[in-house]
Amino acid sequence: MAHTPAIPLQARNMWRYLPRGGWLLVAPLMVLVLGLFLGPLTNIMVISVTDPKPGLGNYAALFQSDALGGILWTTLRVCVLTTAISVTLGYCIAHAMIHALARERNWMLSLLLVSFWISVLVRTFSWLMLLGRNGLVNNGLEAIGLITQPIEFMRNELGVLIGMVHYMVPYAVLPLLASMQTIDARVLAASRNLGASPAQTFWRVYLPLTRPGLVAAALLVFILSLGFYVTPAILGGGKVLMVAEYISVQILVTLRWGTAAMLAVLMLGGVLGLLFVMSRFMKLSTVFGGTKP
Amino acid sequence: MTQPSAQTHQGSAPYEGLRLNGLTKRFGRFTAVDGVDLHIRRGEFLTLLGPSGSGKTTLLMMIAGFQDISAGDIALDGHSITTVPAEKRNFGMVFQGYALFPHMSVRDNIAYPLSVRKRPHAEITARVDEMLELVQLTKFDTRLPGQLSGGQQQRVALARALCFAPPVLLLDEPLGALDKKLRIEVQAQLKAIHQRVGTTFIYVTHDQEEALSMSDRVVIMQNGRIEQLGTPQELYQRPATQFAASFLGKSNFLHCSDGLYALRPEKIDICPATQTAGAPLGPHRTTAVVHSVTYFGSILSYTVALPDGTTLQVDVDAWRGGPTLDRGAQVTLDWPDEAAVKLAPDTP
Repeated sequence: MAHTPAIPLQARNMWRYLPRGGWLLVAPLMVLVLGLFLGPLTNIMVISVTDPKPGLGNYAALFQSDALGGILWTTLRVCVLTTAISVTLGYCIAHAMIHALARERNWMLSLLLVSFWISVLVRTFSWLMLLGRNGLVNNGLEAIGLITQPIEFMRNELGVLIGMVHYMVPYAVLPLLASMQTIDARVLAASRNLGASPAQTFWRVYLPLTRPGLVAAALLVFILSLGFYVTPAILGGGKVLMVAEYISVQILVTLRWGTAAMLAVLMLGGVLGLLFVMSRFMKLSTVFGGTKP
Repeated sequence: MTQPSAQTHQGSAPYEGLRLNGLTKRFGRFTAVDGVDLHIRRGEFLTLLGPSGSGKTTLLMMIAGFQDISAGDIALDGHSITTVPAEKRNFGMVFQGYALFPHMSVRDNIAYPLSVRKRPHAEITARVDEMLELVQLTKFDTRLPGQLSGGQQQRVALARALCFAPPVLLLDEPLGALDKKLRIEVQAQLKAIHQRVGTTFIYVTHDQEEALSMSDRVVIMQNGRIEQLGTPQELYQRPATQFAASFLGKSNFLHCSDGLYALRPEKIDICPATQTAGAPLGPHRTTAVVHSVTYFGSILSYTVALPDGTTLQVDVDAWRGGPTLDRGAQVTLDWPDEAAVKLAPDTP
């Protein structure tokens, strides 16, 4: 067989990496996604290092300004707490749903889905009515004599947490439900048969088998919480300043776009970093794709 | 063989085995298991055989403690265990589909019953090594169940269920998921392991070959009741009812003046009518016409029609049985008296 000249071979291999006919069909979509999604995103990254003057001045402010550090710390704390509480509650709800009768389960699922349809604004204002100084909860507790002073539910982290957890629990339930549905009841029966107490069966078999669902739920809730704006703004009453609200203030009020863009880039980087760390420990496809490990 | 958790049984009175008294399970109006009385001897291999819906799996689940009991009593060594929860019964079980823990290695799966009992680490390691060797999976101890073949998973499930030396091992159609060739191989392994460990095996299957080839005794179940109980030979040679005769092996049924008789196809002698012409007619000697011939390799199966129109099946050793008879051939049939077994009328 004749030797094939090196250069033409390389040229031929290059064709492999060029788009074939099929790619042309999705090209318009690609252009749209690149133009409308990646474009603005790049713009934000550029602004974060060029406004007000070129350089890393915006990022340096992170270490110089106590206010910025405080906001990031508050955001992180609220998000971690929200995630922990929502996933724990979601786990209980999903577990109850899985073990309920089919009819009851359908009712519970409908109620869960209904809560997705109610606007976050409506839900936050409802909490305002319930938790205010003269709200239903405080008035009720006072009326039955449990408290003499109204409890401060609002304008603090407690209120923000209540509002955020309430909004996030359904998001935590769905991935957990999907993960619990895949568990073979015979595996749990086998655990009992082999002498494990109900607690041992839970900790050693049930919980490890639902771990992909737990990770998915925690990631989902944490990422959604990072960008939460309405609930902290209303229930926090300006006292609990989180990143999303701070960004909005920088853009709309103080017009420091550079700082706003820097914080946005930081959050994006944080989320991507989190996904990367997760991918080191487990296949993300098992978390998001629902495929078996 | 060391038996780490068997002390409780050695301390008590002579082992009586497992005794079921009037065990009944009702689901609403439907009675799945109907007053079963059964004594399972220590160390025996007992098979519950029946078609689906006969109550055999429900009965096994009641013994395991997964199904609560509507009426009756289960006793081990003379002590009632009816109210003992499944996790305290110390019965091993091999589930249909094996039910291995998918997130644990083979070693951790087998060690599970010992580690939940908080046994010392060294004892667990030694015992698991012993079990791995018993089921010939020593090289696979770090694999996950998903990385094993069906037959290997089945052996892990067996090792896990035997690891804590249970007095009774329950097996729920453990070979159902295997292909036929592998199944025969595993049957032999299972039988060998039973002889080695000496544990009582209670085996549920709908496969009559499995029941015949492995069991010390077989219980044929139908409609939640015991149809017949006996050794494989007893059940095959002396079926008690029409159901028992037709479910275990093939059988012809003869309606005679004094009742119904079962006649196994291989117990009928068949020869061309020309060869027996002139010979005196015996009590069972009869003429027939060959209706069809089916070749199964080791046997030839004839369907023959009697003058009155009834058809019988006759099986002949294909190697020793002489030349193959053609369709339409006139034949003479005969069988000894003891070949036909009188049946009791079926329970309604």
